[in-house]
Amino acid sequence: MANDSIEIKVCLGTSGSAAGGEEVLRLFKHHVQEQGVEARVGRRCSPSKVGCRGFCSKDVLVDVILDGSKTTYQLVTPNMVERIVLEHVIDGKPIAEWTVKEEYASFHAKQHKIVLGPCGEIDPESIDDYIAMRGYRAARKAITQMKPEEVIGQVITSGLRGRGGSGFGTGEKWRVCRGAPGDVKYAVCNIGEVNRPLAEGNPHAIIEGLLVGGYAIGAAKGFLYIRERYHRSVERLSIALEQARERGFVGRNIFGTGFDFEMEFSFGTEAFICGEETALMESIEGKRAMPRVRPPFPAYAGLWGRPTVINNAETFSNIPLIIGMGGEWFSKIGTATSKGTKVFTLSGKVRNNGLVEIPMGMPFREIVYGIGGGIEGDKTLKGIQVGGPSGGIIPTSMLDMGLDYEHLARVGSIVGSGGMVVFDEDDCIVNVAKFYLEFLQRESCGKCVPCRIGTKRMSELLTKITEGKGEENDLRTMERLAGVMATTSLCGLGRTAPNPFLTSFNHFRDEYLAHIREKKCPAGVCTALITFSVLAEKCKACGLCKRACPAGAITGAPKQPHVIDPEKCVKCGACYRACKFKAIKKA
Amino acid sequence: MKHDMVTITIDGRKTSVPVGTTILAAAQQMGIHIPVLCHHPKLTVTGACRVCIVEIGGQPVTSCTAVAEEGMEVTTASPYIEGLRRDIVDLILSDHPYDCMVCERAGDCELQELAYKYSIRQPVFQGERRIYTKRDGNPFIERDMEKCILCGRCVKVCDEVQGVGAIDYAYKGFETKICPPFERDLDCEFCGQCIAVCPTGALVSKPSLGKGRKRNVNTVETVCPYCGCGCNITYDVVKNEVIRARSRQDTINEGWLCVKGKFGFSFINSPDRLTTPLIRKDGKLVPAGWDEALDLIGERLRKIRAADGPDAIAGLSSARCTNEENYLFQKLMRAGVGTNNVDHCARY
Ligand SMILES: Cc1cc2nc3c(=O)[nH]c(=O)nc-3n(C[C@H](O)[C@H](O)[C@H](O)COP(=O)(O)O)c2cc1C
Ligand code: SF4
Ligand code: SF4
Ligand code: SF4
Repeated sequence: MANDSIEIKVCLGTSGSAAGGEEVLRLFKHHVQEQGVEARVGRRCSPSKVGCRGFCSKDVLVDVILDGSKTTYQLVTPNMVERIVLEHVIDGKPIAEWTVKEEYASFHAKQHKIVLGPCGEIDPESIDDYIAMRGYRAARKAITQMKPEEVIGQVITSGLRGRGGSGFGTGEKWRVCRGAPGDVKYAVCNIGEVNRPLAEGNPHAIIEGLLVGGYAIGAAKGFLYIRERYHRSVERLSIALEQARERGFVGRNIFGTGFDFEMEFSFGTEAFICGEETALMESIEGKRAMPRVRPPFPAYAGLWGRPTVINNAETFSNIPLIIGMGGEWFSKIGTATSKGTKVFTLSGKVRNNGLVEIPMGMPFREIVYGIGGGIEGDKTLKGIQVGGPSGGIIPTSMLDMGLDYEHLARVGSIVGSGGMVVFDEDDCIVNVAKFYLEFLQRESCGKCVPCRIGTKRMSELLTKITEGKGEENDLRTMERLAGVMATTSLCGLGRTAPNPFLTSFNHFRDEYLAHIREKKCPAGVCTALITFSVLAEKCKACGLCKRACPAGAITGAPKQPHVIDPEKCVKCGACYRACKFKAIKKA
Repeated sequence: MKHDMVTITIDGRKTSVPVGTTILAAAQQMGIHIPVLCHHPKLTVTGACRVCIVEIGGQPVTSCTAVAEEGMEVTTASPYIEGLRRDIVDLILSDHPYDCMVCERAGDCELQELAYKYSIRQPVFQGERRIYTKRDGNPFIERDMEKCILCGRCVKVCDEVQGVGAIDYAYKGFETKICPPFERDLDCEFCGQCIAVCPTGALVSKPSLGKGRKRNVNTVETVCPYCGCGCNITYDVVKNEVIRARSRQDTINEGWLCVKGKFGFSFINSPDRLTTPLIRKDGKLVPAGWDEALDLIGERLRKIRAADGPDAIAGLSSARCTNEENYLFQKLMRAGVGTNNVDHCARY
């Protein structure tokens, strides 16, 4: 695009769209045309969509780039569009009260966006935008100038490790697969829930990475494995694949080298286990997604028994950077053994929820307080769940630990595929562990005993504790069960399933014991263990609580302290929220 | 050492096995028993039950999947491994109806054996149990999915051996269940292979229900009387009545039968069954001896041939006769009677 053109970028990631981004973009186009902006300012102006730039809590986000200076508006609604066009785009005066605040800058300042870089900058449906950002140059370089072994060498030098959970060395995996006997090989890109922003914001990077991977291992066919339900990701990737095919980057005789590489989609259903690589292969083959036994490993015998490399979409997205900039360059980011960056969805009780990319090794403190802007309502941080449902809970005392493969493994957690949930003093740790175990129980494929029945028994025991029926012996039973599950389950799901319990029990033993010995939930979450009562000395007899109570459990005459009948109370907490004088006690 | 062999040590004893042999197979060859619930020698590896774990390099590994590597040291029953095995069996039992006393498979159940071995009277891990209603209307297979331990053998045998694929896994997590598509009634070939491989009482033969369990029966090795194939068959017999048909893996049938052999034996004791020849006398069928009957047939055949020639006679034989019997029959017709009018019910 010409330098003096006016750019308007509307976030149309999942969150941007959900917040009404489509309509905002339509109105921008409409007003730009109706006001005759191009004619009036004598410059090109075409509003475009971009992928997620991470700061999802303030969507719809809109960038207006005028004379090289970028202004970002937050929480843009359709009725704000006309004024932005008139005052800012035409008259050149940004509307200060609508622009992003300081937190937007601090949210981005500590991040290191190499993979997410183009997301939120380029139009994900335009291959020209991608090419303008050096897109497909890495693939061209790899395929026309490098031997497959050299490509693998660069990936090994980079130190890149899998971003899908296992953290296995990517170059090493490719080397083994390349060396595995067989003419027919496959490359598979595993596009999971957390990869959706990548697929929506910069789909070409995934395709380019898979293409280079296919070339490196000697495959002629690649699969983009994705849940059918991720409509926007599927749509953007399909458009990107079609464009790449038109330009000859996918198909026969790529870059005139005689290298053929086809790519096709394979759709999974909504099951967590579909992301596990051997279950994924079963799914591609048209069978029920249930993990296979290993050996044989996929690199030797994967899809239809052929050597297969499976990598996460984020792993593949790093490949064009590594080939383009060199493995050496990449290996300078991160720590000694964990190289590069990691994309996370930061959520929970943190101020700035969203999608972040940090260099490996960044301390949790910086993530939560620097990027995340601290805890909502200045409450106390309790812990951070990292690595998805079967990750571990990191307590406040470990805030200065760096986020990398080694440190997380040491505390019984995993980097996982990139979820990070922040809990504060109002979250009950037993309840949190129960939530994750229940999820894993539902998502277990049901094949092996320790996982299928173990997750059930563990969630039952956690439920028992949250209901105030727990006994100390239950804790020993759970530890014993955790040992069986972790050591004997067939796949990673069952093996990591005890993590939420083990790590939380390890770091929050007192909270477990409070539930069991004192029958109290310190965070005031477990309804069976809390009682609401009126503090007579603070009660002003205003009657608000009485009106709020849906169970008619509160009585009180005017000027008399009110009383809650514990028999009738359903523990909904309506009175607690209604009282203006903090006269309701929750204990 | 031969090139294609590897030497490993199992429980302190050295052995050489061909490359690619699993630890389970190697141990079995040495007479070392490792418990299994999902593994079946005729089916591909499943890796579902996890009770065949052994210790290799301090780590628990399933022996049905682990392949022998040169120098491997394997311990099949350390206290650590036995503890894990016990807990796995405990978990299975925590989701199993405790009704061995009325179960068809009591005394012949692989799960019961392990419960006995680990002396699990009440599981340590306790909780909800799957409750299903039995509702299959088919006449052959009783499916009690509460007793199913999801070993997957039935799914595999139906797919890999029988090539039918009538059943598969459905649902996820604790609710996972083996069933026909859309949980309809089973409507398949009813070969009964699935019953044959089921380690528990989840799949049993309906015609045999309540007629006798392992300790009450006499077993008789014989040849299936149903057709001319001559399958080896094992009958469970109670008071001179065949109550169940099975196939042993160490016979020519390798454990497999068809629907007729498996379920089609009620004719043996049927009151409708003919046990002597009948001759029509004065319009009534009257029991007769074999000599009398054969004499009569010979006499009448001769008469017909003399009066109208051999081609006035035709012979139809049965698929339930053996090859040899059928050979003799056509010989009788061609060489004895002198006609080519001979056919067979299975010739279509
Ligand atoms: C239960 C389970 C779910 C998984 N889900 C995903 C997923 O959604 N995306 C993913 O890339 N890897 C997932 N994995 C990890 C994959 O099995 C595999 O290790 C990964 O795709 C390899 O790619 P990488 O080396 O690039 O990380 C999952 C693993 C397990 C055990
Ligand atoms: S560990 Fe769980 S998800 Fe994995 S194979 Fe076993 S039952 Fe399935
Ligand atoms: S009886 Fe035979 S065809 Fe029917 S489900 Fe069992 S194995 Fe399959
Ligand atoms: S029905 Fe029997 S053979 Fe089939 S999975 Fe269940 S226990 Fe195994």
